[in-house]
Amino acid sequence: MSSTLPPSVPGAAPGGASQPAKPQVNRLGLSQKDYGGVPSTLCNGCGHDTITAALISAMWEDGMNPYKIAKMSGIGCSSKTTAYFNSKAWGFNAVHGRMPSVATGAILANHTLNSVGVSGDGDTASIGIGQFVHAIRRNVPLVYVVENNGVYGLTKGQFSATAERGAKSRWGDENQAEGIDLCGLALELGCTFVARSFSADRKQIVPLLRAALRHRGTAVLDIISPCVTFNNHEASTKSYDWGRTHEKPIHEIGYVNAWDAPAVDYPEGERIEVPMPDGGRILLRKLGRDHDPRDRESAARLIAEARARREFLTGIFYVDGDAPNLVDGLNLPAEPLATLPESLTRPGRDALDAVMESFR
Amino acid sequence: MTPLTASTAAAPGASKASHVNVNDFTILVATANGTGSQTANSTLIRTIMGMGLPVSGKNIFPSNIQGLPTWYSIRVCEAGWSSFRRVPDVVICMNPATALEDVRKVAPGGTVIFDAPLQLEKMRDDVRFYAVPFGKLVSQVTPNSKLWTLLKNMLYVGAAAELLSLDFAEVEKALRKAFASKPKALESNLLAVRIGADYAKANFPERPPFRVEARNLTAGKILIDGNSATALGACMAGCTVLTWYPITPSSSVAESLQEYFAKHRRTPDGKHTYAVIQAEDELAAVGMCIGAGWAGARAMTATSGPGVSLMSEFIGLAYYAEVPFVLVNVQRTGPSTGLPTRTMQGDLLACAYNSHGDTKHPMLFPATPEEAYRMTMDAFELAEGAQTPVFVLSDLDLGMNNWMCDPFAYPETPIARGKVLSKEAFLKMPAGSWGRYADVDGDGIPWRTLPGTEQDGMAYFTRGTGHDEKARYTEDDAMYVKNMVRLSKKFETIRKLVPAPLVSAAPKPSRTGVLAFGTTHYAVEEARALLRTDHGIEFDYMRLRAFPFTDDVKRFFDAHDHVYVVEQNRDAQMAAMLRIEIPEVAMKIRSLLRFDGLPMAADEVAAEIAAKEPRR
Ligand SMILES: Cc1ncc(C[n+]2csc(CCOP(=O)(O)OP(=O)(O)O)c2C)c(N)n1
Ligand code: SF4
Ligand SMILES: [Mg+2]
Repeated sequence: MSSTLPPSVPGAAPGGASQPAKPQVNRLGLSQKDYGGVPSTLCNGCGHDTITAALISAMWEDGMNPYKIAKMSGIGCSSKTTAYFNSKAWGFNAVHGRMPSVATGAILANHTLNSVGVSGDGDTASIGIGQFVHAIRRNVPLVYVVENNGVYGLTKGQFSATAERGAKSRWGDENQAEGIDLCGLALELGCTFVARSFSADRKQIVPLLRAALRHRGTAVLDIISPCVTFNNHEASTKSYDWGRTHEKPIHEIGYVNAWDAPAVDYPEGERIEVPMPDGGRILLRKLGRDHDPRDRESAARLIAEARARREFLTGIFYVDGDAPNLVDGLNLPAEPLATLPESLTRPGRDALDAVMESFR
Repeated sequence: MTPLTASTAAAPGASKASHVNVNDFTILVATANGTGSQTANSTLIRTIMGMGLPVSGKNIFPSNIQGLPTWYSIRVCEAGWSSFRRVPDVVICMNPATALEDVRKVAPGGTVIFDAPLQLEKMRDDVRFYAVPFGKLVSQVTPNSKLWTLLKNMLYVGAAAELLSLDFAEVEKALRKAFASKPKALESNLLAVRIGADYAKANFPERPPFRVEARNLTAGKILIDGNSATALGACMAGCTVLTWYPITPSSSVAESLQEYFAKHRRTPDGKHTYAVIQAEDELAAVGMCIGAGWAGARAMTATSGPGVSLMSEFIGLAYYAEVPFVLVNVQRTGPSTGLPTRTMQGDLLACAYNSHGDTKHPMLFPATPEEAYRMTMDAFELAEGAQTPVFVLSDLDLGMNNWMCDPFAYPETPIARGKVLSKEAFLKMPAGSWGRYADVDGDGIPWRTLPGTEQDGMAYFTRGTGHDEKARYTEDDAMYVKNMVRLSKKFETIRKLVPAPLVSAAPKPSRTGVLAFGTTHYAVEEARALLRTDHGIEFDYMRLRAFPFTDDVKRFFDAHDHVYVVEQNRDAQMAAMLRIEIPEVAMKIRSLLRFDGLPMAADEVAAEIAAKEPRR
């Protein structure tokens, strides 16, 4: 798939395979290592670590300004991972289920930051479902990655709210409640970027993340990410084996920035091109299905069908790159509120006098 | 007779008082919620203030939008006292549902103005009754029956103004102010006042024994509610992010602040120098506040007790992660279905030690609108200065009632954003020497950096206490202890930064002390005068203005045999805090408690102290 896509960095292979000789650099002159973080302390083989690696590649390939990223998370194994990428940026490991509000606040203070939120299925679909809903409703500019393993990893394997009815735990007990489909819910809420992926499908995740990182609103990425310790057993529907045998990509995904070399395109008729507001383009190659991710109804149908048939569809269900986001509605100056000078944030004596007069 | 005791002097059962009470009485207006009596009541207050007399107004209202009884208590007092009077002298009965009860409340020798069909005149023979046929009169104001409910209010303004000798030029001024943008409404309201007054003039040759005489005691004063003052403080403090979830009695802090923002906080090209989010709940409100404070904004939220409960987990995180923000808590009574629209000082413990683990937070206790304004500004300086959440503990009485005071002063000092490390300053430091949680200055307050600064080595990872001085993850026991000890040291630094208590000494040395804070101040201050004149009892008075307690508090206890700690809650929360923080004073505490949801009354405070104090 990659061969048909343009490299974002001249000479660099998409996906970030590095050549041993000299480290490749992106358009900012930074190597992939420059986007690295502290070593992971997750279990060997944990799906979350693959997503971390994909985030590093995506940010690097995209040439994102590493200092201007805000790494936001809640609590869980998944939420720890924001420490494992891009140490040039600030991170905030907040409280369980409340990453969206903290991310929203940070954006209010400094709207020039690119917020990347990492959460878990417990963090989002259980304790944090309210904040997930309202972040989407406000279209907070935020890449919202849910590292979905169907269990609470950090508290040792209890079912989360994304576990399907009938799912079996490692100990054999059966989940009695219906699972929440985060993509379906997000779409219903008017989410402007809805996608699903599989942590082991690195080829898909990297361009998907690049597209999401360029999105101006809330980009919900529900990434199935196996928990090798508590939910990778035979009966699991969130295991590596299950994912590998069931994943059905709805399309191949590529992302091309405005500044990238001219694209070698997918053939006409197989290709869907979604322009992004900053001049970039999402390039999709159809895989047997005729889904245009700008078509909300088609997206809703697709998600509902997949749910009914218990199909593991991956790809971009929906994208609306032009929808106004939270910041658009606030009429903020170019300079972040955080650093506005006193001359702009403290009204003058006349103003106070006028207010006092109104109380006379 | 002093003006203070004039209105309660009549003996029970006394027949109609023969003397006239000038400028020292309380008017209680009884209406139903949703009838639009606010403008009428504020017209009465503004008129009295315009006549040069100190006046205060208190809303006693139910948790309801329409129909339930509501009262407005207006106290005119030449001596300047503004504490709550439980026993009104003049009652205006507009609400049939509470009329009988309202008439029973009025002081002997008092006056009742009532809606004629209620036929209350036979109820008591120790008060004077004035029956006004409001229903009949209002049809003379306008044929438009839709306006009758509203305009009836202006009829009682007219009748009361005539009976109590208010100055009609001031009434008109007040109305012109209230209806500045609605000339048609102004006309009908003025007419209603006139018709009410004319009726009183023509039908009541005998005047009530209460009269307002003009003085010159209010020149330059303003009349303001505490929530507006708080909001103005935030606007002037350069608050840039407000996140909130509606809850009485704090909503009007956020609503007023939004108005001030819209009017006074735009760049020359019309951009907003603020952001306001009405969050989905208090968890989100405080989460946003913390995210904003972390990323460098001056952030605040306003709430009341139930909201603070929801915010607790986040407040703990902010304490440990050292994120500044301001939390205004306008306290109210009980849970959501308690007496949510009544006042209380009930969240002291819930705020001071809010959250899990070892946490403690600075709190400021405004008692006056000026303090609500100033302390809100101070709270931002303290929050950013010490990198921690700061609580402003107001209450419904201060926040939602009208107080007369001097206009607020423009802040004298420039905004100080605390220890924020700039890129330039960072580059001058020896490489690798900066640590987010390192105590380089010896005051327990570290230097922080702001997300988005484009410089290697300045970013850090924020989490709870599992961090070392460079914000790296650790669960090392010694490191944890070191960090917690530093946070305690920071609290000691804060102790030096918060406003000291105000002490007012008795004329002669006294072994008795009284300690109050917030709005109980008004009752204590007036009780002092009552005790002096009626019982010859004098005491020293300390008004606390902040937590942590400064050393003055212990000195005050040391200098007295016992100290009455006056507060508005059942469980003596301030006393409990004093015992925790200064254990050696425990035996000297005598608690004086009220917790009925009404503002504290001076005569009750005086009576309780008089009963407990040995006669001199
Ligand atoms: C308020 C609160 N309740 C409970 C916990 C305990 N807790 C920590 S992580 C977690 C679940 C995390 O699950 P998930 O978000 O799916 O992350 P994973 O570890 O599976 O990646 C829970 C319940 C907590 N930290 N805070
Ligand atoms: S417990 Fe599961 S989710 Fe947590 S690190 Fe281990 S494998 Fe990953
Ligand atoms: Mg999980």
